[in-house]
Amino acid sequence: MKRILGTAAALAAAAALVAGCGDSTDTASPGLSPSASGSGVSGPITVFAAASLTESFGTLGKQFEAAHPGTTVRFNFAASSALAQSITQGAPADVFASASATNMKQVTDAIDPKTFANNVMEIAVPPDNPGRVAAVADLARPGLKVALCQAQVPCGATAQAVFAKQRLTVKPVTLGADVKSVLTQVQLGEVDAGVVYKTDVRAAGSKVTGIEIPADQNASTSYPIATLKAAPNPAGAAAFVAYVLSADGEKVLTAAGFAGP
Amino acid sequence: MRRRSAAPWPLAVPALIAIAFLLLPLVGLVARAPWRTLPSLLSDPTVGQALRLSLVTATLATAVSLLVGVPLAWVLARVRFPGRSVLRALVTLPLVLPPVVGGVALFLALGRRGLVGQYLDRWFGLTIPFTPAAVVLAETFVAMPFLVVAVEGALRAADPRFEEASATLGASRWTTFRRVTLPMIGPSVLAGAVLCWARALGEFGATITFAGNFPGRTQTMPIAVYLALETDPDAAIALSLVLLAVSLLILVSLRDRVLRAGTGGRAGPPWRRA
Repeated sequence: MKRILGTAAALAAAAALVAGCGDSTDTASPGLSPSASGSGVSGPITVFAAASLTESFGTLGKQFEAAHPGTTVRFNFAASSALAQSITQGAPADVFASASATNMKQVTDAIDPKTFANNVMEIAVPPDNPGRVAAVADLARPGLKVALCQAQVPCGATAQAVFAKQRLTVKPVTLGADVKSVLTQVQLGEVDAGVVYKTDVRAAGSKVTGIEIPADQNASTSYPIATLKAAPNPAGAAAFVAYVLSADGEKVLTAAGFAGP
Repeated sequence: MRRRSAAPWPLAVPALIAIAFLLLPLVGLVARAPWRTLPSLLSDPTVGQALRLSLVTATLATAVSLLVGVPLAWVLARVRFPGRSVLRALVTLPLVLPPVVGGVALFLALGRRGLVGQYLDRWFGLTIPFTPAAVVLAETFVAMPFLVVAVEGALRAADPRFEEASATLGASRWTTFRRVTLPMIGPSVLAGAVLCWARALGEFGATITFAGNFPGRTQTMPIAVYLALETDPDAAIALSLVLLAVSLLILVSLRDRVLRAGTGGRAGPPWRRA
């Protein structure tokens, strides 16, 4: 739900940007990147991106639109596994940004995927920490209500890798369809803890408390991005991928908490 | 005189389009079914778990709906009080409310931090979300109005003279309800219960929101289908076939008894009467 609203807000903001083009001088202009300026990029660009990219790509989309007047970036944020499946089924996407190499490989249509970021896991608990969670080992405590992502979703697979390192068996009460649904359940206080990405904890602000997992216990996942063979807007797709991989893109991703590729 | 069996083309052509539209997806499901791997796909233990959970929770949701929904229908149809039409609109709201919204609302009411749920948690240590009970509640919330609407319609259409006769003979309202009213509207109650059960069986949005998803505990068939589609489309088709078979079985076995007898032989089934 939140994601849909977020997307709607991003679209509304995009519409406002386009509508107010004549007098908009207040937008943070990151400057035209040399690769894209004058390349005649225009029209809608449809980006299928992992749910954990909701905030950072939302920002990148707005900056891209400001740098390339005449373009609108439309996002579909969901679990990478779900996105890979819908692209395989023929969903009209220009760009796919996945939260794991596994899901990128499922899309045979992807042209030359490039890793643009890395992410690690973190424990999210409600601000009052009702389960008194302090470390990963606490998640195996009986009676503690834990939400995880499903195993086929990157955040679920990476969380399992963390548990495997510690030889822990965590019995969750529910398996979220994507990382944001796990985060929502933590925010609502319906679970005592959820294992999400470091970037999700940062994006949630004060609504959840993050408990960092020490590097030697943690696991990471890499984010590849690629244009798609059947892209309706190939020029726009290439420009957007270039923007994500540019220094401007890296700045936004680093601010959101992602590690470099 | 023209034969009346020939449909004029302005009606026949759209009707054919409607038939094709309704049946084509089902044909697609059957045509694309992985028949050869079907046994191995369906022997996965999570399939049995999901099917059992779906059947049990839908039946419990129907039982709860009968227990409190039939009395509610009676109150709406037989007791006059101010604000009755507003109340009727409110309790049938889940008919038109998107189920996901129902799930969110259930969280806010019965969740661990919810309006009522926080006291259940504090006083009794009871938390409802992510349990099979949450599945039953979500299904009941979405499905009960179907039963209420069906039964209330039947009560309004029932001839009041029988109840009046019962009353003049000295029967109390409760006895009259038990011995006269209930037998009279029995077929409509059954029809409503079947609709309610079918709606509960197919429930997805409120369930995944309020009860979450965990194999064997809260993962019902529709949720299993949806999630299987992300990883193994063949498994999703196999699961869909099972649900299709269950639905067909119910429809065929109850068709005569419900769709026709549900009228009490009078004015058509309640959902048609509306």
